[in-house]
Amino acid sequence: MIRPTVALLLLLCPALHAQTVPPGVPAGEVFTPEQIGHALAAPTPQAGRTAPSAVNAPADDGQWTMPSKNYASTRFSTQTELTPENVKGLVPLFSFSLGVNKGQEAAPIIADNTLYVVTAYPNYVYALDLTKPGAPLKWRFAPNPLPASQGVACCDVVNRGGTVSNGKYIFNTLDGQTIALDVKSGRPLWRTRLGNIHVGETLTMAPLVAKGRVYIGNSGGELGVRGWIAALDEQSGKLLWRAWNTGPDADVLIGPAFHPFYAMDRGKDLGVSSWPPDAWKIGGGNVWGWITYDAELDTLYHGTGNPGPWNAQQRPGDNKWTAGIFARDPATGAARWFYQFSPHDQHDYDGINEQLLLDLPFGGSMRKVLIHLDRNGYVYVIDRKTGQVLSADPYGPVNSSRGVDLQSGRLEVNPDKETKMDQEVKDICPTASGSKDWNPSSFSPQTGLLYIPHENICMDWLNLQVSYIEGTPYVGANVHMKPGPGGHRGELTAWDPVNRRKAWVVDENFPIWSGTVATAGGLVFYGTMDGWFKAVDARTGQALWRYKVDSGVISQPVSYRGVDGHQYIAMLSGVGGWSGAVVSGPVDTRDGSAALGFVNVMADLPKYTTPGGTLYVFALPH
Amino acid sequence: MCSRFRIEAGLLLLLPLAACQPPQTPMPGVGPPVAGAPLVRTSALVPGVDREILPRDPRALAYYDNPQAVVDGKRLFQQFNCSGCHSNGGGGMGPDLMDGTWIYGSRLEQIHQTLVEGRPNGMPSWADKIPDPQLWELAAYVRSMSLPRTLAAQNGPTPSQTPAPVPRAVDQDPGWSPSPDTSNDYGTTIVGPQ
Repeated sequence: MIRPTVALLLLLCPALHAQTVPPGVPAGEVFTPEQIGHALAAPTPQAGRTAPSAVNAPADDGQWTMPSKNYASTRFSTQTELTPENVKGLVPLFSFSLGVNKGQEAAPIIADNTLYVVTAYPNYVYALDLTKPGAPLKWRFAPNPLPASQGVACCDVVNRGGTVSNGKYIFNTLDGQTIALDVKSGRPLWRTRLGNIHVGETLTMAPLVAKGRVYIGNSGGELGVRGWIAALDEQSGKLLWRAWNTGPDADVLIGPAFHPFYAMDRGKDLGVSSWPPDAWKIGGGNVWGWITYDAELDTLYHGTGNPGPWNAQQRPGDNKWTAGIFARDPATGAARWFYQFSPHDQHDYDGINEQLLLDLPFGGSMRKVLIHLDRNGYVYVIDRKTGQVLSADPYGPVNSSRGVDLQSGRLEVNPDKETKMDQEVKDICPTASGSKDWNPSSFSPQTGLLYIPHENICMDWLNLQVSYIEGTPYVGANVHMKPGPGGHRGELTAWDPVNRRKAWVVDENFPIWSGTVATAGGLVFYGTMDGWFKAVDARTGQALWRYKVDSGVISQPVSYRGVDGHQYIAMLSGVGGWSGAVVSGPVDTRDGSAALGFVNVMADLPKYTTPGGTLYVFALPH
Repeated sequence: MCSRFRIEAGLLLLLPLAACQPPQTPMPGVGPPVAGAPLVRTSALVPGVDREILPRDPRALAYYDNPQAVVDGKRLFQQFNCSGCHSNGGGGMGPDLMDGTWIYGSRLEQIHQTLVEGRPNGMPSWADKIPDPQLWELAAYVRSMSLPRTLAAQNGPTPSQTPAPVPRAVDQDPGWSPSPDTSNDYGTTIVGPQ
């Protein structure tokens, strides 16, 4: 009875149609956590307390020198001034226009009472003096990346931040450069070109610096760019090694030290044989997300992106080494183990999300684990010495798979949701951008909870035949996204990794595309795409404070101790990115397939926010 | 229409001649204008000249009022991965093409010019990559995306699937801003959340 009325309304109001969002996928369309969550042993919380090691998370000095805060990637601040009781008094102390109205995904970096920030293209870098009122500019630097690089960036022209190490601010440019600036003068000490826009390559990730090396990975999984990770010498910018994530073992730096846990990842030159002839050369597997260094085990971990093209029917096979995670020797790049989250990925489930390095009770003893929140919808708890999956549980709606077989390690793909060329497959959950995309979680050792900022979005998908043309998109799919069960599009989930369950969930209207930061005062901060910056109680999720900034928030908030000893919270506004392209880019909401299908589920965002780009710093009045 | 075309064709003959004066000091790497190549302007501002008399490119004529051209253009738009950036007209990596806004002009020769030359913020140059007749068909399909008839044929969230042929009449005005008969009302007003 309702349907004809709705259809008539749509006919009469095309503009309304263009700005509305489809209804949520019915709850019965997805599996319950009990149906698909698996673990090798029952929870044994009594065996110990979950925490990062002191090596990977040294005592908090009040600074925030790398986006992940520490090697353990906890994004946890030990500052205690802000509490659930007093946070309602939090006010903006100063703001600073970034001069760029594109998606701002970076973390502000604080070192030696200076705040550093890099913007979206054209990748301006600003250094602000935190010792003076209003934080005046110390210097700014314009790297002048090639304008044409904007045309090969898949998902807005974002940058996920820089990092400070040994007197240098190190960051990437969209057109493929890694640059080290002298923190005192803002002058380049070295600049190394690693990427080539003519093959569709860009750099958007935040470099990781560890033990005198800078680790970088490329973007371009939507343009058939072959993925790699590279190590540069921190002093000179000279290339030390580069490992490809597809192709012969020699290119992937797979040798005698390679011991993957599961049989599916063992064999010679799988990076060639798990593809149709030569398809590995244009097969993606990029490293555009988070690289983590384990100072305890002297090991590097990095995920690999989706295989290309999205149309999986054009690339039969497991498509190694895409949509998985490598452990590598940080000095040589030699692979130690690999685990593939999504063999023969059919849904754009990149494996590039963050890894948190924790000691966690499992099976009656403390285990050194890596926790990874994958795009495919599962919280993976992995033994980081061996690459064995200890548990895999859904943290958002999932029906594209029926769980992870913990004997073989293999994701059990749901045949009903396999993508096809002759049929649009409906209601696939999670969507292409995953239950969660790149935006990182935090962990509080006080509560033992992970604070996961994520999405509740599903999709319809039709494969299209696509030809490879160097430097152009290599996708081959028409995608239309839609809200997941419940109709809300975002969730902040507090996840208990020991008991493998949600502690609490905050629903958000829009997908959460910002990171979270947890503080020792018992708070979690995050931002929303409609422009609210929020604080909730880390124990209960209760909303405690919010402030409306000038544009939607998709950045990584941080907490630091100021020169006066007080606690400060810094964040960037500036909506955009893949999910926010409907606002930051020239996009027409009548095309639901626009921005790789995201516009269909974000058509109403232009009602709520406009492009922007501003640094905000908050504190209690003092 | 015929007399109008004669005027424009006449101008076409004159303008390249005027442009053929050899520069006093040739810039290195820049050759002289090719004799006979039609001038295509991509700015509405021509000092001292009314925009009504902007020249037309006779090569474009065959692709107006041509149903096959837009259908072929639609196929090519997928085949050459234009859709990877511009989706089905709604944009993404590249700008949307269906809102009736034209930075470089809406005429087929102007769209063709963009395809040939590329644009500095990321639009590739397709000269020598796609045969010229196919570039014209692509231009016709891109022009069709914002036509009221094409938009009216949209059924669901995937537009530009039934492209209407481009009437010659819609481009009588060179149109850097949407003229009344080609504009749609999208984007003029967005009402906030109720």
